[in-house]
Amino acid sequence: MESLQQQSAVFEAQRVMNICNACRYCEGSCAVFPAMSLVRAFSDHEMHYLANLCHNCTACYHNCQYAPPHAFAVNVPVALTELRTETYEAYAWPGFLGALFRRNGLFVSLATALSLSIVLALSSMLVDPSVMFAEHSGPGSFYAVISHGVMVAVAGSTFGFSLLALSMGVRSFWRKAGPLTRARPMFSAFCGALKDMATLEYLGGGHREGCSPRDEGRSNQRRYFHQAAMWGFLLCFASTCVAAFYDYALGWVAPYPFLSLPVLLGTIGGIGLLVGPAGLFWLKLRSDRLAMPARHYGMDYAFLALLFVISLTGFLLLVLRETVAMGLMLAVHLGFVLALFLTLPYSKFVHAFYRFAALLRFNTEKPEQSRPVTVA
Amino acid sequence: MCAAIEARERGAEVVILEHADRSMRGGNTRHTRNLRAMHSGPAHTLEGSYTGEEYWQDLLGVTGGHTDETLARLMIRRSEELPRWLHGKGVRFQPALTGTLSLARTNAFFLGGGKALLNAQYGTAEASGVRVSYNCEVKELHITRGRFGSASFLNHGVESEIAAKSVVLACGGFQANVDWMREIWGETADNFIVRGTPYNQGTVLKDLIGKGAVTTGDPAQCHAIAVDARAPKTDGGIVTRLDCVPFGIVVNRNGQRFYDEGEDFWPKRYAIWGRLIARQAEQIAYAILDSRVVDSFMPSLFPPLSADTIEQLASSLGIEAGALAGTIDQFNASVSSGSYNPEILDDCSAQDLEPPKSHWALPLDTPPFYAYPLRPGITFTYLGLKVDEHARVLFEGGKPSPNVFAAGEIMAGNIIGKGYCAGTGMTIGSVFGRLAGEHAASPREW
Ligand SMILES: Cc1cc2nc3c(=O)[nH]c(=O)nc-3n(C[C@H](O)[C@H](O)[C@H](O)COP(=O)(O)OP(=O)(O)OC[C@H]3O[C@@H](n4cnc5c(N)ncnc54)[C@H](O)[C@@H]3O)c2cc1C
Ligand code: HEM
Ligand code: SF4
Ligand code: SF4
Repeated sequence: MESLQQQSAVFEAQRVMNICNACRYCEGSCAVFPAMSLVRAFSDHEMHYLANLCHNCTACYHNCQYAPPHAFAVNVPVALTELRTETYEAYAWPGFLGALFRRNGLFVSLATALSLSIVLALSSMLVDPSVMFAEHSGPGSFYAVISHGVMVAVAGSTFGFSLLALSMGVRSFWRKAGPLTRARPMFSAFCGALKDMATLEYLGGGHREGCSPRDEGRSNQRRYFHQAAMWGFLLCFASTCVAAFYDYALGWVAPYPFLSLPVLLGTIGGIGLLVGPAGLFWLKLRSDRLAMPARHYGMDYAFLALLFVISLTGFLLLVLRETVAMGLMLAVHLGFVLALFLTLPYSKFVHAFYRFAALLRFNTEKPEQSRPVTVA
Repeated sequence: MCAAIEARERGAEVVILEHADRSMRGGNTRHTRNLRAMHSGPAHTLEGSYTGEEYWQDLLGVTGGHTDETLARLMIRRSEELPRWLHGKGVRFQPALTGTLSLARTNAFFLGGGKALLNAQYGTAEASGVRVSYNCEVKELHITRGRFGSASFLNHGVESEIAAKSVVLACGGFQANVDWMREIWGETADNFIVRGTPYNQGTVLKDLIGKGAVTTGDPAQCHAIAVDARAPKTDGGIVTRLDCVPFGIVVNRNGQRFYDEGEDFWPKRYAIWGRLIARQAEQIAYAILDSRVVDSFMPSLFPPLSADTIEQLASSLGIEAGALAGTIDQFNASVSSGSYNPEILDDCSAQDLEPPKSHWALPLDTPPFYAYPLRPGITFTYLGLKVDEHARVLFEGGKPSPNVFAAGEIMAGNIIGKGYCAGTGMTIGSVFGRLAGEHAASPREW
């Protein structure tokens, strides 16, 4: 059963898309408009798809002759962002947890506080203080503080559940968007979507010069900071995978030397996760609240802050790992990581999955012409 | 904006007085999507080639000779460099929009439309030191023997005056001035819809005509198309236009057809329908379609009215049911069978009718039936100030002013005295704007 608010978000987005479909001046700005022009009347689920295809770059808001205060009050990024947030709730699995998207900033903060407390409380109860605050070195030193088995069991189960929840959400999102209007070969569509994701093509404003979050000027800052955050996250994730491989397949036990692959990947990724979220946070503070609905900033801020502190505590752990502070640092770091894993399917993180699914759909249906041409 | 940028680049101090506030800056240009430019080979987003001669022949064709050949050829010549010049000022282009592919060869489309173009130009201009004052309505120019001294304007309702070495007038036509339109069209004017900005009141145009400036063009000539009758009185822009005419029939209040809906391709005919409707009773007409064709054209802002029978449709439109049904029966009976193809001038016609429908005639027989109410939508008026090839305004005796220049709608009548060729409005504004800016920067004794 859709709530009234969900319905009104869909109505508003439909109203706006209907005007855009009669105008189409923004066709070259991003994927949303070419995708929109394939349809004449928009079902709710098609609207959900378009909402997740929008990158909220704000180009079309500044370019729109009908933007408020015009009577037509066309504000595509606001309409689609409102709806996009509703879709996170609507497709959440299990359904009742979708409500966590309503006060998402609050939820993520509380969840973080909670998981940090749990890890700290458990480690102080279960680990002998002499071990907790001792200097450790060499392989297995982390596990002296928090046992390998506990770490794997907790991380594995929370992450596993998160992946399941995310996949269920994306599955129903994909199915409900309805039949494809046309289909390009799956492989080339997949590559296209990967490319759009890797380059964040549609944060480019259509001319690849980007959009300023403050005004109608151009700037790729948002795109570059997001690249840092996204690639940073992926590198950290890769680092964890390599470490797991070392542990299980090769029997090499953490911590690894500074010049080992997991530490190198983690360090580069970690730098990305410091710079990216900090930059995005800063841009967000200075952004034009008419172009982006501030109502949903809480979700973004919470996720940005979480990524940032995970990376920060990770670095502190790296620096302090041979000192007495290691035990405490490890607990703090893992507390934040646990929070990320716990909240994964009910935080801003879901945008990556829905956006990728939307890009995949777009690339599958892609009309021939959708790239603006720049003057040579 | 073109004039301001050019003049500033030449070292002039430039102030723009804009009647609107920031959100509505840039008048009708806000609503545009492309400009027409000649090019000898594929250039930028433009396909193939479009020679100056072809452009000239197109202009000659639509205006029926109501054009100044010297100025028109000058404009065409200088249109070639426009996309590149605009690109240098931050304007970006995109391929022809879906539904406008017939313009892919001749017209360069602005990425994001006219407001995006304006944002880029304002950005460039302001960064270079041009000052923009919003909410400043120019009321009167102080001119002696063709020489400009100063201008009076209302800033937020407070009267002020500004003196300058020269002035460029780029303040549009007078289509939004209901009183003036009424002087020309009578009561009829009350039913016109102004497609663009409400600020183009022709205040300065009228002032200059009173001060001896030479005019060009017929006051009754304008660009007018069929728009949805439910559109707002002003500033509805592109989304209220209706491209449904060639797919059905169009009747007036009395349920009678009045013009060949399938005379030629729509892009060649859309600009005559505003005037056709303006001549009908109460300036209203109704496009009637059936469910076979209702999805064949670009969607527009308002959904069509629908009904299961022609009689019901007629009564919801307030047309006498028998009259509409009669017209449709007669039309259906005279449709010849052919192979329907909206891409070409096909052989589906209704010939033994007055007026006939020459192409794309399909019987209206598949319910539900649909209707769009149509009104004349005025884009801009053609009565303007006569200028020379330096964009100088001519005064009594055809003598050019040393320091009054004009560009855009306010002088478009020099080039298009009648008819229209999509994308020419912006070309006129940009080419003459640049010329005006160039010369206004260094006013001299000519
Ligand atoms: C819906 C629509 C779509 C169009 N599409 C196209 C297209 O795709 N291609 C094309 O070539 N042409 C198009 N045109 C025509 C085109 O808009 C005009 O030819 C062109 O914009 C004229 O530019 P301009 O600078 O003369 O006037 P405008 O752009 O209208 O600018 C006039 C400015 O002067 C200001 N002003 C007026 N009076 C005063 C005063 N007294 N004091 C101070 N300021 C004043 C106004 O506020 C306005 O900002 C379209 C027009 C409309 C309405
Ligand atoms: C499919 C891959 C991804 C795409 C296409 C994508 C795209 C985007 C876009 C367009 C925005 C800005 C719009 C908005 O406000 O929602 C955004 C915001 C954000 N993304 Fe991603 N993203 C992806 C993956 C990721 C990943 C893996 C991370 C890191 C874990 C990440 C972190 C963030 C954060 C923190 C924000 C909020 C930033 C802000 O708006 O200030 N994204 N993403
Ligand atoms: S955002 Fe505005 S300018 Fe862009 S397509 Fe929609 S209505 Fe047109
Ligand atoms: S991606 Fe940018 S241009 Fe496209 S709809 Fe979203 S805000 Fe508009």
